[in-house]
Amino acid sequence: MKLPLNWLFEYAEPYMTPRAIADRLALTGTEVDRIHRHGVDELEAFVVGKVLTCEQHPNADRLRVTTVDVGTGEPSHIVCGAPNVAAGQTVAVAKPGAIMPDGTRLKKAKLRGEPSEGMILAEDELEIGNSHAGIMVLDDALEAGTFLAEVLPIATDVLELEITPNRPDCLSIYGVAREVHAACDVPLEPAPWAGIDLGEPTGIEGVSIEVRDPDLCPRFTAVAFENVKIDTSPVWLKQRLMAAGQRPINNVVDITNYVMLLTGQPVHAFDLDRVAGRALTIRRATPGERITTLDDVERTLPDDAMLIEDAEGPTSIAGIMGGARSEISDDTTTVLIEMATWIGSNILATSNALALRTEASSRFEKGLSPEAAVEGQAVALELMTQLTGATRVPGWIDLGGDGPAPAVIRLREARVTSLLGVEVPRSKQRSVLKALGFGVTDAEDGLDVTVPHWRRFDVTREADVIEEVARLAALDVLPSTLPTNRPGAQLSWTQRVVRRAEDVLVGRGVQEIAGWSFASPSLAERLRIPEGAPLRDVVVLENPMSEEDAILRPTLMGSLLDAAQHNLARGADRLALFDSGTVYRRWTDGEAHATPVNEHHGLAVVLAGPLDPPSWRTPKPAAADFFTAKALVGAVLDTLRVEWEAVPAGDWPFLHPGRSAAVMAGDVRLGFVGELHPLVARSWDLADVAAFAIDLGKVADLAPEVPVYRDVTTFPPVRLDLSLVTGGRSAAEVLGTVRGAGGKLLRDASIFDRFERDDVVSLAVHLQFAAPDRTLTDDEVNAVRDKILAKLGEIGVTQRG
Amino acid sequence: MNDRIDQIAAEAREAIAQASTSDALEQVRVQYLGRKAELPQILRGVSELPPEQRGAVGKAANVVRRDLEQALNERTEALEATELDARLEADRIDVTLPGDAPQPVGRLHVLTQTRREIEDVFLGLGFSVLQGPEVETVYYNFDALNHSPTHPARAKTDTFYTTSGEVLRTHTSPMQIRAMEASPPPLYVIIPGRVYRRDSDATHTPQFHQIEGLAVDKGITLADLKGTLLDFSRAIFGPDREVRLRPHFFPFTEPSVEVDVSCFNCKRDGSPCSVCKGTGWLEILGSGMVDPNVFAHVADHGYDPEEVQGFAFGMGIERIAALKYGIPDIRTLYTNDVRVLEQFG
Repeated sequence: MKLPLNWLFEYAEPYMTPRAIADRLALTGTEVDRIHRHGVDELEAFVVGKVLTCEQHPNADRLRVTTVDVGTGEPSHIVCGAPNVAAGQTVAVAKPGAIMPDGTRLKKAKLRGEPSEGMILAEDELEIGNSHAGIMVLDDALEAGTFLAEVLPIATDVLELEITPNRPDCLSIYGVAREVHAACDVPLEPAPWAGIDLGEPTGIEGVSIEVRDPDLCPRFTAVAFENVKIDTSPVWLKQRLMAAGQRPINNVVDITNYVMLLTGQPVHAFDLDRVAGRALTIRRATPGERITTLDDVERTLPDDAMLIEDAEGPTSIAGIMGGARSEISDDTTTVLIEMATWIGSNILATSNALALRTEASSRFEKGLSPEAAVEGQAVALELMTQLTGATRVPGWIDLGGDGPAPAVIRLREARVTSLLGVEVPRSKQRSVLKALGFGVTDAEDGLDVTVPHWRRFDVTREADVIEEVARLAALDVLPSTLPTNRPGAQLSWTQRVVRRAEDVLVGRGVQEIAGWSFASPSLAERLRIPEGAPLRDVVVLENPMSEEDAILRPTLMGSLLDAAQHNLARGADRLALFDSGTVYRRWTDGEAHATPVNEHHGLAVVLAGPLDPPSWRTPKPAAADFFTAKALVGAVLDTLRVEWEAVPAGDWPFLHPGRSAAVMAGDVRLGFVGELHPLVARSWDLADVAAFAIDLGKVADLAPEVPVYRDVTTFPPVRLDLSLVTGGRSAAEVLGTVRGAGGKLLRDASIFDRFERDDVVSLAVHLQFAAPDRTLTDDEVNAVRDKILAKLGEIGVTQRG
Repeated sequence: MNDRIDQIAAEAREAIAQASTSDALEQVRVQYLGRKAELPQILRGVSELPPEQRGAVGKAANVVRRDLEQALNERTEALEATELDARLEADRIDVTLPGDAPQPVGRLHVLTQTRREIEDVFLGLGFSVLQGPEVETVYYNFDALNHSPTHPARAKTDTFYTTSGEVLRTHTSPMQIRAMEASPPPLYVIIPGRVYRRDSDATHTPQFHQIEGLAVDKGITLADLKGTLLDFSRAIFGPDREVRLRPHFFPFTEPSVEVDVSCFNCKRDGSPCSVCKGTGWLEILGSGMVDPNVFAHVADHGYDPEEVQGFAFGMGIERIAALKYGIPDIRTLYTNDVRVLEQFG
């Protein structure tokens, strides 16, 4: 909300700089986005002038050359283009050095050959009106050289406030004045409605109003005026509207806007002569009902929208926008000023459904009090009679009435201290609450606080009152303490596993990325995932930012490949990237789950090009392949002491069918490792890519949190190497058989060489034997070795001769 | 016989002196001291000599053998030293060539690094770390957090909905409720995680990261919130930082405050500063005392607002990182350009 300080100061003037006022407001809960100047600057350059002479410009039909007495003795030569300028006028003059509202500084100039020492001003040039019909002609009683700022409101600072949604009362000049009063401890002038009595609501002769749905319209008030003379508003009013961001239109419309800005209560003015039947009905819209609003747009009303209709049908969307039919026009002479109260949530719903937000709806949607309608009527009554020459038609209409009796809330002194952590003297609590308009009486253990109507929806509980005390009397003296009962804390095992896994990859030269959770529905196609596969059970968004972001990623591969493509296209020659984050699938098992969808923490790597960079010694390092990725996933799992193996499997259609495997820990599938299918790689403009992905949640479940100590020094191990002909068996089968036959005495078995000749594959296997309680004898070791060789023989693996 | 021994000794000494390589010397050793050489044979034949000759011949032969062995050893050492010098000379390399290719360097994403730093600060303060679901029910995301049924954040213009009616959580706050449902007080937790809002500009991305904080215990005060966040601010932004609380409005805290930390970039005297725009303060998070209406949703889990009080806060990790590292457009954090990422972590 724009707060012109000259308007504020009519009600509360803190005698502080605009910056200091803004800071104080910010520290008491009213944020100030920025401060700007409305109007002109270098005020001493703006003075009252007397036009002494006025001649036709020799070289321009539309210009005049004038001499103007600006009070300095020597008349100023000023070229003026206004049609109404004439000798003898008293005018507003900007002298060289003046800064105009758009920021330009006036200089001496020559206009078509004639020197000009300033400008004779029209009201729009000062931003105190929007007329550019001609220069302003001022009161002849003013002396030449008088500072213009003493005569006209030609400049004010404006605070642009950000009002929180719980404080619709601060969407008004007087509401902010109340805050300034409380925050800056300066006097508050009486409210603009104070002392104005509307009298008894006895109705208005000839006008009938019916509220059919009072549940959505708690109050509807109307005051009628006749003999209204439509004209422009006085400068003081126009300046205030403009500084507050409103365009002046005519006196009646300006009054409605002025009252809203001052009191917070939206106002509507009907041309009563054009209200058909002089009858208004306030009701819910019928299903699908249509209405044409002031802006000439036909709109279909949503359910529960409230409308106002006259004898010829709907004229306004209640609380949001009026209709064209009974709009104020230049020949309006009778006016019905309407102020009503609507249910905020219903206004918001209607406004959202219509995508139509107005100054009025943005106030109503936050919930206004019925009492405010009467306050607004009082201010409007005074302005209508003063500024339009109107006569009030006796009586007024008041349907509904005041809101419920104000709540009285007990504010316990002990509770204030215990919630805030600082003692606020009861006298201080009392004074800030009173300044904000709360009623306060003493109670045994604190204060009984009566909530004013304009805070009815916001302050309903003790905690809400404590907030008022806090923001005005506690925050600036609040100490910094720590809770005394803090427990110790460390990361959970799963959290430590995630960090360790990430660190393993970082330590091996893999760069982390942060992929998008959003993915394109086409991802499944690009990854060649068949219909019905689990990776198709994706979470779909109803309102994505774009169709390309319409699902949540079911795998980390998409965003990793996107990142690889992005970087390779920008000159990277080798990439090792990982992503560590959530992937999402729909639950498909029909069971009840604690979370709405199946989320797990994935860790995935893509490798493109060599993992190690080239050098003069190895100018062409081998590109990362299946085994590079397998070593990396092994580094992660071995660090975490998870027993794992890569098992041939063809379950990932985006992987090379012959160069991919399931990463298994026993019968738990942790993920995959493999080279990317060439067609998938091509879809991302990539060539050879190796990758793995594992479920870190499963890894954490399997990783032993507390390792068990094993003695390695007392009884040294016995080492033995075997050279084996595989007979077509895989390395995993050979090692599996060795381990199975080796029993407890075999501590370790690993492949350390492989060679192939004439399709015969040989593997060299290193064995380590040990027992925890003795040094093994040769006989014992040989017995195990023979058992291993026998078992290998059963699957066709023989010892090399 | 003794003459012969002296002759062998003389020949052998000459041969040892002449040998110029270890290999040649080895041949000399074999020639004069090897199994089939003359001197060892003489020694083996001593027992067959007449007894009166045995002593003299044996002694002379043994002396010569020892002398020769010593001469051989000395000559070996000398030759090896020479040869080592020659080999070292031959091994000379161009030490100005580059070393091996640098080991590839991996880094954490700046958001992960920042999150971990913040987590570690709060771990030290006694806060455990919890995680929660990103696809959340409307109940946990809005209803239980005291958002009115018409709260604008619920609108489909602001919040992502799934086709089955859940939301992508708009903040980490739903885990406040889940955490209180899972554990009775006292509760000291932070909840880092990914959150979503339908926004995209230089300071907003439709996905971003928050860290929620929640402390519920007997006698937790607003001053405790300030002290906790002061510790956090000093750990993350430097030891000279101060914090101030500004009143604000959030549906699920009362009183609610925004927290500013004093600018770490400037002298804080109002002079131009690209980080704080001359205000001296940086807004870092929203917070407040847990609203009684929130406790009402977990009253059955031991949370009676007359018994326990709590504070809650929520900060954006992107914002913290952007402030700390001067990142002008947080959208670049999700472009995943390695040239950007490798500057951090």
